[in-house]
Amino acid sequence: MSLLAAGLPVAAVPLVAGLLSSPVGVAHYLVVGAILFTAGVVCMALKRNALGVLMGIELVLNGANVNFVAFSSPYLRGEGAASLGLDGQIIALFVILLAAAEAAVALAITLNFYNNHATVDIDRAEDLKG
Amino acid sequence: MLLGLAWLAPLVSFVAILFFGPRMGHHGKNAAWVATAAIVTSLVLSLAAFGTWLSAHPVKAVSHGAHHGAHADGHAADAHAEQGGHAEHAEHADHGDHAEHHAARVPAAYSGDWYTLYQGGDLRLTIGWYIDALTVLMFVVVTFIATCIHVYASGYMHDELHDVTDHEVHLSDGGHLHRPGRFPRFFQALSLFCFSMLGILIAGNLAMVFIFWELVGICSWFLIGFYFERKSASTAANKAFIVNRVGDFGMLIGLMALWGALGTLHFADSTVAAADGSAVTTPGLFSLVRPAANGHALQVPDGMVAFANADEVGRIAAEHNGRPRDAADEVAARIDGWRSQGIGRWLLFIAGVGIFCGCVGKSAQFPLFVWLPDAMEGPTPVSALVHSATMVAAGVYLVGRFYPVLTPDVLLVIAIIGGITLFIAATIALVANDIKRVLAYSTVSQLGYMMLALGVGGWSAGLFHLVTHAFFKSLLFLCSGSVIHACHTNDMRKMGGLARVMPWTAGTMLVGCLAIIGAGIPFVIGLSGYYSKDAILAQALSYSQANPSWSILYYAVAGGAFLTAFYMFRLWFMTFAGTPRDHHVTEHAHESPTVMVAPLVVLSVLAVVAGWTLPGGFGIANLIEQARPAGTDTTSTGGFLFGTVTVPAEHLSHEGSVHVTATLTAFATAAAGVLLAAAMYLWRIVSPTVVAYTFRPIYSFLAHRWYFDELYDAIFVRPAFAVASLASGTDRGVIDKLIDGIAWSARQLAGLDAWIDRNLVDGLVNATATATWNAGLELKKLQTGRLRQYVMFIVVGTVALFVLASMLFRAALAG
Repeated sequence: MSLLAAGLPVAAVPLVAGLLSSPVGVAHYLVVGAILFTAGVVCMALKRNALGVLMGIELVLNGANVNFVAFSSPYLRGEGAASLGLDGQIIALFVILLAAAEAAVALAITLNFYNNHATVDIDRAEDLKG
Repeated sequence: MLLGLAWLAPLVSFVAILFFGPRMGHHGKNAAWVATAAIVTSLVLSLAAFGTWLSAHPVKAVSHGAHHGAHADGHAADAHAEQGGHAEHAEHADHGDHAEHHAARVPAAYSGDWYTLYQGGDLRLTIGWYIDALTVLMFVVVTFIATCIHVYASGYMHDELHDVTDHEVHLSDGGHLHRPGRFPRFFQALSLFCFSMLGILIAGNLAMVFIFWELVGICSWFLIGFYFERKSASTAANKAFIVNRVGDFGMLIGLMALWGALGTLHFADSTVAAADGSAVTTPGLFSLVRPAANGHALQVPDGMVAFANADEVGRIAAEHNGRPRDAADEVAARIDGWRSQGIGRWLLFIAGVGIFCGCVGKSAQFPLFVWLPDAMEGPTPVSALVHSATMVAAGVYLVGRFYPVLTPDVLLVIAIIGGITLFIAATIALVANDIKRVLAYSTVSQLGYMMLALGVGGWSAGLFHLVTHAFFKSLLFLCSGSVIHACHTNDMRKMGGLARVMPWTAGTMLVGCLAIIGAGIPFVIGLSGYYSKDAILAQALSYSQANPSWSILYYAVAGGAFLTAFYMFRLWFMTFAGTPRDHHVTEHAHESPTVMVAPLVVLSVLAVVAGWTLPGGFGIANLIEQARPAGTDTTSTGGFLFGTVTVPAEHLSHEGSVHVTATLTAFATAAAGVLLAAAMYLWRIVSPTVVAYTFRPIYSFLAHRWYFDELYDAIFVRPAFAVASLASGTDRGVIDKLIDGIAWSARQLAGLDAWIDRNLVDGLVNATATATWNAGLELKKLQTGRLRQYVMFIVVGTVALFVLASMLFRAALAG
């Protein structure tokens, strides 16, 4: 967190300071989700190992889940909302479910790729080049 | 009836050979047996019918002196005969009780119908019969000669049993035509011919005559063109067919005139069971033209008068509008008046001349005789049967059959045509060198004799000559066939001295020659031709005495007799007498096989005796006399076209002075002809070449056959070709050009259309495709296959979208 904060431009400093000085609210959750998302994207973009990329994907999805849950929490929402209040959680569960399925398919592809190329380096996976 | 069976037997043979011919023995050898068996069956049946006829109609001598006395009886008998004819018919229709009344009287002619082809209103077409003594006699003659010729042909045509190399056909590669034999086909056509010919003889109405008339025409075409690979043969066949069509066109006009005016083509009265069961008798042509009420004298029939005066009839019908019965009564009342004004006689004249036109074609009369000599391209048995004895006689037969309807004017036309024909043909025969052509022209000439005889009123003389001529001319042709078979050439100049190697042929041919010139000891005995030719001469003399302005006909006959004697003996001397002129030809000559000689002998016997009248009056002449149509045995006077013409009664020619003059003339002319021929060709007192040189213009005129072929070529063939080439030129130059132009412009238009299609439409489509393709190619480059790069694209894209969206939002919020 501090690392990230130190890397941020100077213009972001008052924003971070504002966050740190206020009680935990939606914005904090969103920041956590954004950090997770960014970490996942960076992981996807930089890792050459296919498994690493998969992990990055998990991170991205979970970053999104955090956001869903954060927006759905009754503590975080205003009064008088006429809903059951479980929308975000349900969608998050769906995302987890899909992530599990996606991981299974992706691991199967990776395993096949390894069988064919004796490696899991995604830079070697150029067979579908146009 | 027996004749019906006799008529159908050759048809059975024709059908049998048509379907099974090639399978009949080796190369269809047995086809000859089938055909011969059929014609022999016909002969036997005809002879049986002949016997039946004779037992019912004993032939009596016609006594010249008592003829006038018997005349009135004759009328009565004829009148009853007509009724008897109906009784006969009624008997067939199971009305036996009627027949009993007439059983005692014997009808002179029987008629009836076998089968009605079509009936509707007045129109009634039937296959029927009209049988009198003439029919029976002709049946015997035709089947007898046909039998002889079938036997002869089975020998003559044996070359056709195996493959034939035709040396007269030169192929383009210089070789000769080699073809399979056509033995069955020959007998097939011969059988069909016999059937058709017998059909003409037995026919009970003109429509049926016309059907079989055309059938013999097509048979003749088949048989002339038997060696159809030879150009000359196929041309001759076509010529014969086309020339006959010219005559048949006239015949159709005659048929239409009769049909339109009279509504019937039946010769005799016909009885038909009407719808209510009662028998309705329709008068036939004979009783319409020569009604019994009028004493069988010729008159223009009511129907023709009314038809020719159709305007007047229509006016009367209009006056009696709504009362057709009254109109019909008034017309009937005025018919006699109109008839006496001569209305309708033209129609009867046209009908007669029209029918005669058909006979001109078929019997090779001037001006349509040109086909017959060319028809000799056919095999010799065909020439003997079809083109001398029977088919060409069909024309004469029809004139004889139709005789009661012919007016004196028509008869004069017939006589003139016959006279011209006999003279022209005889002169051409004088100089012809082809043995068959001499005989062909002699046939034409003799047919002219018959026509002339009929035309001058010699009804039985003409038909008598028809019968005797059938015998001796078929004999002559078969003899010439035998000679050709031995010498392999038709050219008489190469023959000579054949009597030594071919005694039978020479002897029988001599008999034939003597018969045709009418040789005989005057007033005692003679060959068949002696009697018939004398009868013609006598009748012609009698006619020229009655009509002095037409005595030229008598001189034509007498001159023709001289010419006949000359050219026939010229032929005989050149062929059989003297020394061989060409050793190549004669050294291989040999007598023909028995199967060919036997018919010669049989026919020669008949050529001798056919004219004889046995004590008691039995003879062909008297037999024909039995069939004499009612009303034609009196002298009649009439005519409007050539002035008044008197047709003398035939029995007048048997009167002493006429008969003696005629007989002496015939004998003198024939003897002179024979002597001249002997002087030129036997004793060589006068050299033929010197004579030919002296009278060179005449000789070449005759040798070119009076330039008739050239004349017709110039008058008809060339204009026809010119018209044809004009038509084809129009077709090719104008119509084709027009169509070609339309096609060309359509093609140009299509080209333009194709250009638009190819360049604009296709171009648009192709351009779209190319653009898509190129876009694909460009986009392909994005597909690097590097996953991390893709992720970067996603990230950058997302960020870019985010930035864009924020800027837009800001702008929107600001706005």
